[in-house]
Amino acid sequence: MSAEKKTLESRLLRGAHKTLTGLTPALESVLAAIIGLFIGALVMWLWGYDPIVAYKAMLLGAFGSKWGLADAGAIAAPLVLTALSFSICLRAGMFNIGAEGQLLMAGLATVCAGFFVLPPILHHAVAILFAMSAGAIWSMGPALLKLTRGVHEVISTIMFNWIANFLSLFLIGAFLINDFSADQTIAIPSSAVFSKIMRGTDLTYAIFVAIAFALIVYFVLWHTAIGYEVRAAGLNPSAARYGGIRNKRTLFLAFVLSGVSAGLAATTILMGSSAIHSMYRAHGQLLHVGFDGMAVAMVGRNHPIGILFSAMFFGGLSAGGRLMQLSPNPVPVQMVRLVMGVIVFTMAIPELVRIFPAIVNGTSGFIDRLRRLVSRTGRRRST
Amino acid sequence: MILALIGFTLSGMVPITLTAVGEIIGETAGLFNIGLEGILLLSAFAGALGATAYGPLMGILIGMGVGALISLLFAIVCTYWKGTQMVAGIGINLIALGFVEFGLIRFSSSAGSFPIPDSSQLFRWITPLGLMSPIVLIALILPFFAYWFLKRTRAGLILKAAGEKPEAADVAGINVNLVRLTAAVVGGALAGLGGAYMSVAWFGFVSKGMSGGRGFIALAAVVFSGLNPILALLGGLLFGFFRSLGLWIDTLIPGFPIPAEFLQMLPYVVTLLVVSGAIGRVRFPKALGAPYKRE
Repeated sequence: MSAEKKTLESRLLRGAHKTLTGLTPALESVLAAIIGLFIGALVMWLWGYDPIVAYKAMLLGAFGSKWGLADAGAIAAPLVLTALSFSICLRAGMFNIGAEGQLLMAGLATVCAGFFVLPPILHHAVAILFAMSAGAIWSMGPALLKLTRGVHEVISTIMFNWIANFLSLFLIGAFLINDFSADQTIAIPSSAVFSKIMRGTDLTYAIFVAIAFALIVYFVLWHTAIGYEVRAAGLNPSAARYGGIRNKRTLFLAFVLSGVSAGLAATTILMGSSAIHSMYRAHGQLLHVGFDGMAVAMVGRNHPIGILFSAMFFGGLSAGGRLMQLSPNPVPVQMVRLVMGVIVFTMAIPELVRIFPAIVNGTSGFIDRLRRLVSRTGRRRST
Repeated sequence: MILALIGFTLSGMVPITLTAVGEIIGETAGLFNIGLEGILLLSAFAGALGATAYGPLMGILIGMGVGALISLLFAIVCTYWKGTQMVAGIGINLIALGFVEFGLIRFSSSAGSFPIPDSSQLFRWITPLGLMSPIVLIALILPFFAYWFLKRTRAGLILKAAGEKPEAADVAGINVNLVRLTAAVVGGALAGLGGAYMSVAWFGFVSKGMSGGRGFIALAAVVFSGLNPILALLGGLLFGFFRSLGLWIDTLIPGFPIPAEFLQMLPYVVTLLVVSGAIGRVRFPKALGAPYKRE
């Protein structure tokens, strides 16, 4: 009866945060991706688009040329960071969906750092520091509410996202608005902007921020005592407590680290891949990057290295999707988010690989039965 | 003026209350769905399309059907296939966001919003409180009915058994998974009604941001109520009030010193405050979130 002793939270997360390495988890991710793409194709087909042409345009757009690949990398960079933000907390057994709000706050901080007049490398560092701190501070709110009042982080982080949304609207309108174009903030000066790696694409040196942070998170989580405590807190909170791990401190740390990660994501967009180096008033570039990060994290099995690969996959879908929009078969790029959602939904099923044949059998059996029923009624009608 | 505020509150309370009551039914049976936000959005979209094509009543029904269907899918994944409820719920939210954005472009050629013609919107009564949809009345009565159903009927007891002690329910000859599936369908239909109400009977349009965190506020109302539908109604009214207050001040008192953004923030801040005050006295079903496995 061990199931009864588990807390509500560990029940809700059933193993989603456990260490998963080896072939089966990777296979599950691939299978989930295929199911997601299939459902995406189904919706496209139902709505009068040609899914095969669309996917072809998408794949060619993303992986067919080095420019496409570079754009995929540019989109992947912030996704890696928001995915890490989600994963760090999930590893600690918490479901932190606050990256959206932390991203906005960090974005504002990045814009503010643009006020300084500094030489390039130093300016980058200051802006990144600003963004990291803003993300961390904004994630402390839900952390404190959880640790002192027991408010579940799903509720508190979403509320913080909305508060951040309106706070940012106010702050941009009141203090940071660009005098020359009213739909964006003042621009980040070029001394704090990452330069492009490849001309004609969005790929900037910001991608190394993402890769470096992923490696750091990997090192911290798997090769330091603190990381061990974080993972132990996620795997079995009560055992970790008996083992002398100070749970509250660990959880707080996980929250802060995930805020830092979300903050970095804002810099890779605003100082990197974004077409304009200022924040849109309606948050255009930063919108939904936090949520998309969750899909990336799930497919990457909440492992930093896995996340690098899955971010590249989703970055490719989005980069190819942009080209697909312009093709004669103009499927909107928002389709990618639908595919992401289906993938996450599918990833909720544990042992997908084991169950999948049974699901297929069941469905085909059902269709068979349906077909027999239809043919029988058809025959009856004809006689 | 005060009457208008009451009217705003009542219309604003509906989606939160309906969704919260639906979630209470689901959670009583052991399913914790954080995809409510997505269900609201999807059913608002489906309801709008249905209403434009077949009239308002069909729109509402289609919205309810879509809500029930998604909830059923969630329940199948989380009972028979032993899925992780948090992850499945978040998946629903993402699907809804992508699907509705995609659909808005497909059906209204702009990612902004899809207006519903006046003739396809559900009728509203003209009352001293302003225009009122009949669904407001449903949302006011339903929590009491749900309370009676959950606490006083045999079916309510069966739901509770499936959520509290599925082993015992199983031994008593109750099909735990089937009970959970039924609860999810009913709960999803209620959330779907809330969503369809938003588009077909309240706003008169669909946009991708229209659910506005209401699904999560409903979740907060459920936590605050401790699975008591009547308290959830109270929560719904409270959040509806604070959401309306900003709108009311903004439209009726020009030159109010507090910026509009802070007034819009109010319902979310209040949600946080209420929930952080409510924790501790709330007790959830023992098997909430755990798929039932025979041993």
